[in-house]
Amino acid sequence: MTLMKKTAAELQALLHNREVSVKEVTEDSFKQIAALDGQVKAFLALTEEEALAKAEALDNSSQESRGPLFGLPIGIKDNIVTKGTVTTCASKMLENFVPVYNATAVEKVNEAGMVSVGKLNMDEFAMGSTTERSAFQTTHNPWNLDCVPGGSSGGSAAAVAAGEVPFSLGTDTGGSVRQPAALCGVVGMKPTYGRVSRNGLIAFASSLDQIGPITRTVEDNALLLNAISGVDHRDSSSSPQQVPDFKSALTGDIKGLRIAVPKEYLGEGIADDVKDKVRASLKVLESLGASIEEVTLPHSKYASPTYYAIATAEASSNLARFDGIRYGYRSENAGNLEEVYTRSRAEGFGTEVKKRILYGTYALSADHHEELYVKAMKVRTLIAQDFASVFENHDVIVGPTSATTAYEIGGVAQNQLTLYANDILTVSVNLAGIPAISIPCGFSNGLPVGLQIIGKHFDEALIYRVAHAFEQATDFHKSTPSLGEGTN
Amino acid sequence: MTKFTTEDVHYFANFAKIAFSDQEAEVFSEIISDLVEFGDALKEVDTDNIEPMTHPLQMFNVLREDVPQDVLDRDEMLASVKEHEDGMIKVPNIL
Repeated sequence: MTLMKKTAAELQALLHNREVSVKEVTEDSFKQIAALDGQVKAFLALTEEEALAKAEALDNSSQESRGPLFGLPIGIKDNIVTKGTVTTCASKMLENFVPVYNATAVEKVNEAGMVSVGKLNMDEFAMGSTTERSAFQTTHNPWNLDCVPGGSSGGSAAAVAAGEVPFSLGTDTGGSVRQPAALCGVVGMKPTYGRVSRNGLIAFASSLDQIGPITRTVEDNALLLNAISGVDHRDSSSSPQQVPDFKSALTGDIKGLRIAVPKEYLGEGIADDVKDKVRASLKVLESLGASIEEVTLPHSKYASPTYYAIATAEASSNLARFDGIRYGYRSENAGNLEEVYTRSRAEGFGTEVKKRILYGTYALSADHHEELYVKAMKVRTLIAQDFASVFENHDVIVGPTSATTAYEIGGVAQNQLTLYANDILTVSVNLAGIPAISIPCGFSNGLPVGLQIIGKHFDEALIYRVAHAFEQATDFHKSTPSLGEGTN
Repeated sequence: MTKFTTEDVHYFANFAKIAFSDQEAEVFSEIISDLVEFGDALKEVDTDNIEPMTHPLQMFNVLREDVPQDVLDRDEMLASVKEHEDGMIKVPNIL
């Protein structure tokens, strides 16, 4: 029986009672990865030597010096920089890039006593929603290896779902933590913008990106968010807002809470099986004492075009730094400086990245700036106002995370606009900067369905309270995929 | 439908500093045309008197004393550089 399917509390009890050592826990994670990752393909790089050295050091450390997540293994999405460990963003552009510092979130998980076991696959530069757009490999959904894990944090979600690690970090620009969490049947939180430092996160769209924890249970998720939250002087967009103890929010009591359900989230384009599971989940929340009321978010249908205008504009600016000069890929075919830029970027970036840079450049151009980019920023205001209006009379918003369950690899990627339409459920949250979680709420044809719980700015504690109450009343989080060769 | 032409691809690619072959320009002109049409949906939203939202939260300046601090090690930084000499980055001839 693997240790990787135990919760943080269970693992820490074993570690505290010295029934297992950190080294044994770490070795178990690598054993699971060796057994399963040939099928799942979640990891791009493993750091076994460093991890085992750290595990031994932790085993020899004093009781007093132990951090709150002492001895627990974690995987890191490959757009979060790790000192001395290659960080590629799943792009040929950064294939050999070895950062010289750690992201603040990585420093924090290290300080909490966690052991990083490696870097996780993703869509190139976090641009995509299937993890098929990695330059190196396609990650497979542990529930059905023919299906995508979602994206762009598909590696982070699949590694946790498969039981390779109990914790991972993902990043969410338009749903990239929540959607893969939903498709892989795990818990993924997109915190309030500014809650977690973005220092060391390789930027895609700076006003939307946020690092978030992926775990198997709500409690584990709250513990990891505790560890990585807080103001950081190296990130001027990180918030000085006080960080509460998210674990203490897990009371199980949601009596009297007012839950809003946007009619747009259960309307056209959402699969019937997903709607059924979400409606059944609403009944569970009602039975726990919450009240449910239908509301409207009238600008939802404009969320995707708004998101694509803003995200690509910011991406076109952020990705200008990849010029083949100071780090990253440099073309061998360049005869002069201009060609170093143009050919390095042509050869180093994949199709999706080039497409977004091109559209973002168009959105920011003198001729289209007002009609597209500024217009999108105004619609963004209206989308944020829709949420603020609902939160005047409701505590949280609940709906599906993804319009469908996981789809076959190669199946939907051809129809990009269908994928954009699916984003309606998640991107609005990033545009408004508010927090949201995805938790498992059922299965359809053996594939997980995700329930999304959205809250006000900095109200993650209430989101966790609702999510935990639902989790305690149901058994969905206890199901795990049965991958043949693992040590399940 | 707004058509994003192959000439448009080359025009905007020049700003984005990405080389596209004529064949690639054909492919990308179709893809970007779809996106431009997708973005056109925003035109129907009434945004008169609406302020653009540039950032999800109120931003504050972060200031510190202007005191010299340790910076990243030059040799470590240069380890990521394709070509360097005497502590400087080498690039092809500019002139």
